[in-house]
Amino acid sequence: MPPFAAVNIRELIRPIGQLLLFSLGSAGVLSALVLVLALILDQTAVGLHLHDRYNVSLATYTLVNLPQVVIDGLTIGFVYAAIALGYTMVYGVLEFINFAHSEIFAVGAFVGVELLIALDHTGLLRSASLGMAYAYLTLALLMGMAAAGALAVTVERVAYRPLRGAARLVPLISAIGVSFLLQDVIRLVEGLTTGQFNRIMPTFGNFDRRIMLGRLALGDTTVPLGISVKSIIVITAAVLMLAGLNYLVNATRMGKAIRAVAQDRATASLMGINVNRIISLTFLIGGLLGGAAGVLYALKFTRIDPFVGFFPGLKAFTAAVLGGIGNLTGALLGGIVLGMLETFAGSFLGVFTMGAAGSEYKDIFAFSILILVLVFRPQGLMGRHVGQKA
Amino acid sequence: MPKTTLSLCSLLAAAGMTLILSLHAAAAEPVKSIKIASQSPLSGDQSAVGVDIKRGAELALEQVGKPLADMGFKVELAPFDDQANPDTGVANAKRIVSDPAILAVVAHFNSGVHIPSSEVYHSSGLANVSPGTTNPKVTTRGYAEVNRVVGRDDVQGVVGADFAASRGVKSVFIIHDKTAYGQGIAEFFKKRAEEKGMKVLGFEGTEEKANFDALLSPVIAGNPGLVYFGGIYPQGAVLFRQARERGYQGMFMSDDGFDSSDAAKIAGQALLDGAGTYYSTVSGPASVYAGAAKFIQDFKAKYNADPQPFAAQGYDAMAICLKAIEQAAKAKKGEVPTRAEVTQAIRAIKDFAGITGTFSFNEIGDPTMAQYFVLNVKSADPAHWNENSVVETLNLAPPK
Repeated sequence: MPPFAAVNIRELIRPIGQLLLFSLGSAGVLSALVLVLALILDQTAVGLHLHDRYNVSLATYTLVNLPQVVIDGLTIGFVYAAIALGYTMVYGVLEFINFAHSEIFAVGAFVGVELLIALDHTGLLRSASLGMAYAYLTLALLMGMAAAGALAVTVERVAYRPLRGAARLVPLISAIGVSFLLQDVIRLVEGLTTGQFNRIMPTFGNFDRRIMLGRLALGDTTVPLGISVKSIIVITAAVLMLAGLNYLVNATRMGKAIRAVAQDRATASLMGINVNRIISLTFLIGGLLGGAAGVLYALKFTRIDPFVGFFPGLKAFTAAVLGGIGNLTGALLGGIVLGMLETFAGSFLGVFTMGAAGSEYKDIFAFSILILVLVFRPQGLMGRHVGQKA
Repeated sequence: MPKTTLSLCSLLAAAGMTLILSLHAAAAEPVKSIKIASQSPLSGDQSAVGVDIKRGAELALEQVGKPLADMGFKVELAPFDDQANPDTGVANAKRIVSDPAILAVVAHFNSGVHIPSSEVYHSSGLANVSPGTTNPKVTTRGYAEVNRVVGRDDVQGVVGADFAASRGVKSVFIIHDKTAYGQGIAEFFKKRAEEKGMKVLGFEGTEEKANFDALLSPVIAGNPGLVYFGGIYPQGAVLFRQARERGYQGMFMSDDGFDSSDAAKIAGQALLDGAGTYYSTVSGPASVYAGAAKFIQDFKAKYNADPQPFAAQGYDAMAICLKAIEQAAKAKKGEVPTRAEVTQAIRAIKDFAGITGTFSFNEIGDPTMAQYFVLNVKSADPAHWNENSVVETLNLAPPK
C-alpha cells in the first residue's frame, strides 16, 4: 500500500480530462448531427420557411447558433451531473435509488437562498464589494451543503437504515414517501415563516453580467455569443466538486473503504470497516453535492419553489441511469449528454419542424435515448455488470 | 407526482373544512344560514393574486352584507383553494355543489380551471361570478349560471396586438404556457398581429419554469421587436429576465396574468431595460377606478398590504352575489332563495354600481361593457407595482 499522504496527481487530472472529453465529444457528435440535418433540409420546405422569416439559409442559421447552444447545454449538463452523483453514490453502495435526493437538492437551494435573502434585507449584499459578494455566495453554498448533507444523513438513519434487511422495493417506497414528506415540509415551513411560495434569488455581485465573446452575423441582424458569469460559476463549481469526489473515492483510504463496502458489505465489515459509518458518509457526500447543486441551480435560474427539485431530480436520475447507475464517471457522462441533448433539441426542434413541434418536445429526445440505451445496453453507457462500483 | 399529493391534501383539507363548517352550522344556527363559496389559488406559485381575490370577497361580505343580515340571514364565506390546477378546481366544485347552504360561488382566477369547474356548477344550477377569468369559452358555452365581471381574451389579445402595432413593432416572437388561458390569448394576439402586418417569427408553448435557454435561441437569433408571453407571471417574469440576460433589447409584452408585484420581484430591472415591458389587462390597478379609493384604504387597514390586481374584482363579484341573493330573498318575502332563483337574479341585475365599474350582464354572462388597459412597468421595486402607468384605456363591448 502506497503512503496515503502522497497526492495522487493522476486521480486529480483524470476526471478533468474525462469531463473535457465528454463535453467536446457530445458537443461534436450533436453538432455534426444537427449540421447534416440542416444541410439535408436546407433545400426543402423547412429551409424556405426559415428563409422567409429569418432571411438566412438553414445551414447558416444552425451554424451561427451552435456555439451558444453548446455553452447552454454544458451549463445545464453540469448541474445535472452534480445532482446525478448523489443518486449514483447511493446506488453504488446500497443498490437502491434514493428518490428523496431531489428534495435534498431543494432544501439546499432553499437554505442558500433564504440566507442570501436575509443578508439582502440587512443591506449587506447591496453594498458588498465584488470580493465580499463572492464570499457571501460561498457562504450560501456552504450553508446549503451543510443543511442538505445533514438532512441526507438523517433521512438515511431514520427512513432507510431500519429497512436495510428488507426486500429491495421497501426502501424505495420509503424514499418516495420521504420525498413527498419533505416537499410538504418545505411548503409548510415557507408558508409559516415567509408566507410565500416563490422565493427569488437576490441580485448582487456581478453574477448576472454577461461576458460577450463576440457577435455572429445572421442575415440582417447579428447574434450575440456570450456566457453569463453565473454560468461560469456553475461550471467551475461543478468541475471542482466532481474532481474532488473522484479524488476522494479513488485515491484516499476513505474512498477505498467506500469501494469495499460497495463491493461486498459483509466482507468489508470483517476487514474492520464500520459499514454503517461508511454508508452514512456516502449519504453525507451525496447530500453535500446535492445541496451545492441546489444553490447553484437557484443562482442560475433565479426562482425556486418547494417543488423545484422534482424535474431536475428526475433528469439527474435519468442521467445517472443513462451513464450507468453506480458509476461515477457514468454520471458525469450521463449529465453532460442529457443536458446537451435537451438544449440541442429545444433550440433546433422548432426550426427543423417549421414550428409544428417546438421546444416543448425537447424531453422526448432525452427520454427516447434513455429507452434506447436501456434496451440495447441495460447497464448504461459506462456501467459494467460486475466489478467495482462507486 | 407532486400535483397528485397536492390535490389529495387539499381534498382532505377541504373535506375537513366542510365538515367543521357544517357541524358549526348545525350546532349554532337556528335557520336562514347562507354560504357563498370562493375558489382561487390560495397556495402555490399564483397564490399572491389568489389570496387577494379571497380577501376582496371577504371584505365585500363584511361591508355590503348588511342588508342580508338585516333580513335575518347569516352569510358566510367558504373559501376553497383550487391551486390553479383544473383537477383540484373540479374536485372542490363537487364539494361546493354538494353543500346545500352554498347559493353562489365567486371563482376562479384561471380560465383553464374555471372552464371544467363551471361544468359542475352548471350541472347543479349553482350561480357563479368570476372575478378574473378571461378566456371566451368561459361564457360562450351559454350557461345561465356562469358570469364574469371582466373582459375577454379575444378582445384583450387584439388590444395588445393593436398597441404593439401602434408602437411600430414589425416582428414578434410569441410564447405561451399551454393553458387554456395563455394559449388562448396568445392565439388571439397572433391572429391580430398577422392582420396588422407583423412578422410572427415563432409561436411556441412551454411548461418550462426555470431553464429557457433552449427556447430563447430562436428568439435571440430572430431579434424580434417584441417578445409576447401569454400566461402567468411565475413563468413570464423568469422568461423575460433570461431573455434580457442574453442580450435581448426589444420590447416585452404580456397579459393580465403578468399583473402581479411578484413579476417585478422575479425579473427586476430586466423589465425596465431595453424597450421596456407592457402588459394588457382587464383589471387596472385599483387606483384607476374612481370607486375603489375607499376599498384600497380598507384593504390596507385590514390586511396590511396593497391589494393585488383582481382583489377589487373579487370584491365586486362578491357584492353582485350578495345583491342577487338579497333581491331573490325579497321576492320570496324573506325566505332563503333557491339556487335557480339566485342564478336568475344575477342576470336580472341592471347597472349595478360596483367599485370597478357599473355592471349589467348580457345573455351569456359577459358584462355589457368591459374596460381594457395597457400598462407600462415603471419600477423594478415590487412595492411600487401599483404605480405602473396606464398608457391606454378602452371601453369595449364583448364580441357578438
